[in-house]
Amino acid sequence: MSYKIEIQSLSAWFGSKQVLQDITMKIKQNVVTAIIGPSGCGKTTLIRCLNRMHELTPRAKVTGRVLLDGEDIYGENVDPVTVRRRIGMVFQKPNPFPMMSIYDNTAAGLKLNGVADKHRLDEIVEKSLRAAHLWDEVKLELGKSGASLSGGQQQRLCIARALAIEPEVILMDEPTSALDPTAAAKIEQLIRVLAEDYTVIIVTHNMQQAARVSDFTAFLYLGKLVEHGSTKDIFENPKSELTEKYITGEFG
Amino acid sequence: MRSYKFRKLEDQIMTSLAYAALIIALIPLASILIETISRGLSAMSFSLLFEEIPPLGQPGGGIGPAIQGTLIVVALASLMGIPIGVFSGIYLAEFRQSRIASVARFLNDVLTNVPSIVLGIFGWVLVVVVIGWSVIAGAVALAIMMIPIVTRTTEEAIKLVPMTIREAAIALGVPRWKTTLTVVLSSAKKGIATGILLAVARISGETAPLLLTILGSRFWFSGFTQPTAALPLTIFNFSQSSFRTVDLPRAWGASLILIFIVLAINIIVRYATREKYG
Repeated sequence: MSYKIEIQSLSAWFGSKQVLQDITMKIKQNVVTAIIGPSGCGKTTLIRCLNRMHELTPRAKVTGRVLLDGEDIYGENVDPVTVRRRIGMVFQKPNPFPMMSIYDNTAAGLKLNGVADKHRLDEIVEKSLRAAHLWDEVKLELGKSGASLSGGQQQRLCIARALAIEPEVILMDEPTSALDPTAAAKIEQLIRVLAEDYTVIIVTHNMQQAARVSDFTAFLYLGKLVEHGSTKDIFENPKSELTEKYITGEFG
Repeated sequence: MRSYKFRKLEDQIMTSLAYAALIIALIPLASILIETISRGLSAMSFSLLFEEIPPLGQPGGGIGPAIQGTLIVVALASLMGIPIGVFSGIYLAEFRQSRIASVARFLNDVLTNVPSIVLGIFGWVLVVVVIGWSVIAGAVALAIMMIPIVTRTTEEAIKLVPMTIREAAIALGVPRWKTTLTVVLSSAKKGIATGILLAVARISGETAPLLLTILGSRFWFSGFTQPTAALPLTIFNFSQSSFRTVDLPRAWGASLILIFIVLAINIIVRYATREKYG
């Protein structure tokens, strides 16, 4: 198994406040890696550094390297737009485009990037909605507003939208925290299936969820990477005392 | 605590006062509408709409050129003012922290409050002195009037678009400029349309800047570099006429048409920018 992403001495700031300190970790291909840690420890910032979304915040700064297939995405001649097409993202709160139909939401990434071939769009929309386990629920009403779906369906629509541009890596920022348990369970199932074709990195504050869906887990505390290993090891034999305390719920 | 009866009475008095204030506020509005509609309708005729403007006091004729002139001048002003206003608004909203933006925002607010006669003088100096009284001069003066209104409302409408929508598009690998021009702009289109309507309605009724720029005319449109008629000027001229029985009804007719034009533009723009999924 090879490494899809290598994070090397990554630090990040909001203005003068440092939120990530010298993170180094390697992420394997076609597995699910969970990032856990208490609120404010930098989990979200970490994944936002992986598709260069962090730098969109005014006065944000990043140093270090992030290698995608061995190539630094912060390299001098790298266009962040290209990086984001290879590394898709699903956000904490479902955010379908409110003025677009289910079909247009799914096709948005392609359409906005100039794909107009109706036949190809139809194909990709169906494929992506199927991959997001949403097709059967919406296939008869693709023209309806994306915002008319339930929260869980909206989140799966956002996953379909991310899949449609055929990324290699999918980042998920607490994708189930705004959903009810049933909807969350569906997304978790989906994450397992997605790992067959994609490298998935999921931020979660729910340790059971990390245990259920991930193959590897990284524990972040106060902007530092405390421990990174197989989920089994992290939960059963944590090396660090801090990790153990967090896992057992002594703080968090 | 005071008795329930007393508090209830207090509540009723306050409610009645609020109603009374509302009615007082509506009286002028309602009487303007009723007066304009009843007097305007009785002056309405085919010839009023489609014939050239007669000299003051002369029976017959119509106000056709004024309707045509207003439509042309307002359309030309919109053609110049709306794109500049919308793009300025986009700039102010998307680069809100930049120094240029805060200076521009301040100047824009100042421009909003410049009296329209001053813009008329400006249009006069800028265009009339060079090419003479003309449609272009009037449109420039009105466009300058539109810009601050459109800019401000566009900025506010774009600021209301949630960051999550922008991020969703950017995370799909859509360049930032394209995100703004597609996803953000279409989310904000209702607010922007409101701003455009406010601006169009405002300039449609402006008289002062037109007096100094398009001058007025009794004849049909004869070119962008020629003087032209416009409804507000026609209303002004007819209402000042000493031949009241002949000219006053025409002024009312012109007023009704002006109100109708603004209303029609309103409905068209609302329809064109309606939300697909209300």
